[in-house]
Amino acid sequence: MSETKELRLPSRIESVDEAALEAAKFAEHSGFDADFISAIDLAVRESVANAVKHGNKFDEAKEVEITFAGSAEGFEVSVRDFGPGFAPDEIPDPTNPANLLKASGRGILFMRSFMDEVEWFNHDGGGMVVKMLKKQ
Amino acid sequence: MADITISERQAGDVTILDLNGKVTIGEGSVALRTTVRRLLGEGKNKILMNLGGVGYIDSSGIGELVSSFTAVNKEGGTLKLLKLTQKIQDLLAITKLLTVFDVFDEESDALSSFE
Repeated sequence: MSETKELRLPSRIESVDEAALEAAKFAEHSGFDADFISAIDLAVRESVANAVKHGNKFDEAKEVEITFAGSAEGFEVSVRDFGPGFAPDEIPDPTNPANLLKASGRGILFMRSFMDEVEWFNHDGGGMVVKMLKKQ
Repeated sequence: MADITISERQAGDVTILDLNGKVTIGEGSVALRTTVRRLLGEGKNKILMNLGGVGYIDSSGIGELVSSFTAVNKEGGTLKLLKLTQKIQDLLAITKLLTVFDVFDEESDALSSFE
């Protein structure tokens, strides 16, 4: 059996906390343990922060659409922004010695480190979606 | 409630910042940036950041640590880290920043290292 929850949040920093809180509540309700929830929390924060900052560029007229789904396979999160999109593979590797002292650019690394599957695609209706799965 | 509180102590010429709360995108990161820039403006450029009370940090908070580190270095000073939680240690390992920061478990050891 799987359960889902959907959120539509405005493009502001406070939405990052709100999304993470809702994700943690949903994951807890679905019976996942603290370490698992901690990983989900970080991935949700990073993905929603990216959507607010880089996708929607803090334009509060644009929402961030978030879906959580818990199932026997694990916990799935998708986050959609309404920005022009980007090429994840073109993001510089923050662990490259040349980039170590850069102030930003680590969010995607955290998402990939704490989730088992992370993929980006353009939404047919516009914007970009990141879909992440953490397996049980 | 504020995301973070930052208390200052002085040990000789080393300023110890005791951080409690979250260093995340928004208020937590901004508070840290403001504090470090103010210390540099006051000529205090030996800074020991105690992260023992930081329950949560994200990529923005990690970025602010890096940004503080480079700002202090630029002023000819040194910024070191004290009491990393396991979570922060994991994030610094993933980002390979454990190779950048001097990290200590004991305050006395950290203070001696500035001499």
